[in-house]
Amino acid sequence: MRAATALIAEDEPLLAQALQQALAQVWPTLNIVATVGDGAAAVRAALELQPEVLFFDIRMPGMSGLQAAIELAELWPEPASQARKFPALVFVTAYDQYALEAFEAQAVDYLLKPVQTPRLEKTVAKLQSALAAPAGNGGDFDATLAQLRGLLERNALSAPAPQRDTSPLKVLQVSVGNAIHMVQLTEVVYLEAADKYVRVLTAEREYLIRTPLKELLPRLDPDQFWQIHRGTVVQATQIAKVLRDESGKMHLSLRSRAEKLAISRLYAHLFKSL
Amino acid sequence: MSIDWLDKLRALLQTLAFCLAFASIQYAVVPDQRYDVDLTYSLCIGICTWALIDFGRHMPTFSTPTSAWPTGVAGVLFPLVGVILGAAMGVMAADHWFGWSSWSRFTISQLPLVIAITSVPGAVATYYFFSRGKAHDLEKQIKEAARQATEARLRLLEAQLEPHMLFNTLANLRTLIALEPSRAQAMLDHLIAYLRATLSASRATSHSLEQEFERVRDYLELMAVRMGPRLQFTLELPEALRPARVPPLLLQPLVENSIQHGLEPKVEGGSIHVSARLNGQRLCLQVRDNGLGLDPQRSPEPGHGFGLSQVRERLSTLHGDSAAVTCETPATGGTLVSLSFPCDVPESGPKPHPGREPSLHTDSEPSSRAQRGDPCI
Repeated sequence: MRAATALIAEDEPLLAQALQQALAQVWPTLNIVATVGDGAAAVRAALELQPEVLFFDIRMPGMSGLQAAIELAELWPEPASQARKFPALVFVTAYDQYALEAFEAQAVDYLLKPVQTPRLEKTVAKLQSALAAPAGNGGDFDATLAQLRGLLERNALSAPAPQRDTSPLKVLQVSVGNAIHMVQLTEVVYLEAADKYVRVLTAEREYLIRTPLKELLPRLDPDQFWQIHRGTVVQATQIAKVLRDESGKMHLSLRSRAEKLAISRLYAHLFKSL
Repeated sequence: MSIDWLDKLRALLQTLAFCLAFASIQYAVVPDQRYDVDLTYSLCIGICTWALIDFGRHMPTFSTPTSAWPTGVAGVLFPLVGVILGAAMGVMAADHWFGWSSWSRFTISQLPLVIAITSVPGAVATYYFFSRGKAHDLEKQIKEAARQATEARLRLLEAQLEPHMLFNTLANLRTLIALEPSRAQAMLDHLIAYLRATLSASRATSHSLEQEFERVRDYLELMAVRMGPRLQFTLELPEALRPARVPPLLLQPLVENSIQHGLEPKVEGGSIHVSARLNGQRLCLQVRDNGLGLDPQRSPEPGHGFGLSQVRERLSTLHGDSAAVTCETPATGGTLVSLSFPCDVPESGPKPHPGREPSLHTDSEPSSRAQRGDPCI
């Protein structure tokens, strides 16, 4: 049987070594194709080497393990092509602030540092059975995406915020020169994060506001405003149609504006029939 | 308010005892009535009244979330109505038991007696149970307050300990034990010193600069094991300055900030340099790193940005305007935090020879600092 391959992403060198040694004990046939120290490197290495298992430390410099997993899910080649299915993902964390419920589903498992053999054995058993199972119709991938979304939301909620304003937003106050424009939220077609600003686009105009998107999101009605991408939120009624191109990427076209907006895989679940 | 069944059972038993006592008194005063009649009526009325009041007050229309007893006007009317209804029900029940009807024998002249017999024990019993309930409530409130205080202390401790730091450090330690036992021991020593410093309840008002540097060293050694090649550090403390008295925890929060915000999140890591210098009568402490630098957009999270402001506050409390704390971005990037305040350096032993001063690092840009208004000059 061909040996399974794995990628380890862990920024603390001793802990990476410890994980390698523990895996060598519990899963001797596992071939660890690469060990990297940060999220961006993990994404690059995973796309290049296409391992079957990923061990991602959650806290890493630059991009976190969670962000790396989401980025990788976005960039992973479509199952329709010859590429392998999305790897099995195991998050490694030193402190259990991500409560166990977040990891209840089968799709993403987690390990606590320091990695101990009995717990690792359980995880390895799960991984081995997941790898041995015949390739699904993408249901596993959807489950993984759903869980990553959940973790992302949980992450956003647990981040300390001095005053979390969750009152519903009706009007955006945008200063333009000497005037303040009161933009009705119903007129907003979409919002897009750009550097330190957020672009607010109505049918005719574009405005810039300084409030970060993650502060605006809790104040928007999730039924009316859909997040389709890490930095893009669209008013659902402004969506004309959704298209999928040959490489599997989805875009939507708008009623009142000419642009096409990219829909990231993480949020593709909103457009079900495709 | 949820129902405490054990409490209710106790109340029932007390009610029964009360009824028994009342019946006995009644019999003693008016012995021509059969004792068992007295007792039955007493029990029936007592139990009905108690049940109506003690259970009725839990109904949503009467109870409040905080008090087990309806408040205000309702608080007075409720037991009153309860007593009357309870008495009526009790009489009916006892009548049924004996098979006769009290109403048929009832005459208006008996009314004052009936009222007295009903209301006096009713009032006594109500007052007794009311104050009992109140005492119970107060006890619960006290317990709740104590519990909350303990929880707050635990949370503070947890924040101080930084579980993420602790568990990551222990995980590294575990690996080292197998790989390099002697290095593992050294690391454990640093961890013990670091924890002791973090958890020590009584903070002295001052300690020597040497001790402060030792604390900083403990932390940096631990982080160096964790970050591996991504962290380089140097500590510069001239021999003569070792005994200088300084307030505790001046440098440690700055170093922690530097690592947590500047170096650890930087993919390639970097280096941190902590130094102490004497400028005339002023002591100058600096923490410099080549990390990510200051992000003006980032709002200070509790425990982090506050490190610097706490240091500022403490120094200004002790030295007023003559203390200076600055935080800036050097030309080469990263972050430079400088503390400067008057300090008496005690003489300790013979002055060291100039050649023997263990300076590990030479300053490379004194002139540019002077131009920027460096508080240390």
